[in-house]
Amino acid sequence: MDTDHSFTITTPGTEEAVREALALVRVRIRARGVPEDICGNVEIALAEALNNIVEHAYADISGTVEITGEIKNQRLLLDLRDHGQPMPGLSLPKGRLPDHEVALEDLPEGGFGWFMIHNLTMKLLYNRMADGNRLTMVFSLQEKANRGSANSGAP
Amino acid sequence: MDLNSTYHNDINIITVNEARIDASVAIKFKDAMRSLTETGPDHVVLDLSQVRFVDSSGLGAIVASKKQIGYARQMDLAGLSGDVEKVFCLTRMDSIFEIHANVDALAKREAG
Repeated sequence: MDTDHSFTITTPGTEEAVREALALVRVRIRARGVPEDICGNVEIALAEALNNIVEHAYADISGTVEITGEIKNQRLLLDLRDHGQPMPGLSLPKGRLPDHEVALEDLPEGGFGWFMIHNLTMKLLYNRMADGNRLTMVFSLQEKANRGSANSGAP
Repeated sequence: MDLNSTYHNDINIITVNEARIDASVAIKFKDAMRSLTETGPDHVVLDLSQVRFVDSSGLGAIVASKKQIGYARQMDLAGLSGDVEKVFCLTRMDSIFEIHANVDALAKREAG
């Protein structure tokens, strides 16, 4: 049940449904006082996490994603649960920033997703459960405090 | 995917009439860009002023369009705002494009 501090959205694991889920989450967190700039960070990171579920966890099967949000202690916790394939190696991709100082033909056309997720969150947890995957993203609601889980591999 | 191409001062200004370039439209975007740049001026400017959100698939499709346009021609961006600008800055993809605040100056340059 939704409260002043929490909400739950269940969405089909498809590209089209991701759009609607992102819009809904943005409405839910804005209504609960999350600053506009952080709303943007949340939408960018959540889009990548949901796209990853659609493309990989649900590559061969279909299913739903349950998104639970909770605001407490100046933090937003987003919990994503799906019932698809596990993350390879049962661990989170590191999320290095693809090299951009390369020849035109070698410019990266992908591989940005996990980098952005790491960069925009202060904490990131992955658990493989008996019935699927659980990804927890934690965002600070104090503007400068995110980037805590950044792991770009940059010097 | 609603893209609109107009020629101004030997610049092919391509306006994206959509709020989002994301995983669900990335391939359509790339195809539309290819067909709109097959002919016309060598200087292409992609006007993103109506776009509110780009995810990594959309970003990849924009980079792919620049690669497809190639060395002999030029592709710039215009009208980046809010979350779109954030995605380009975070991934450093802002450094591979010339970025214009908007297309007004480009479209009017030789008019006055």
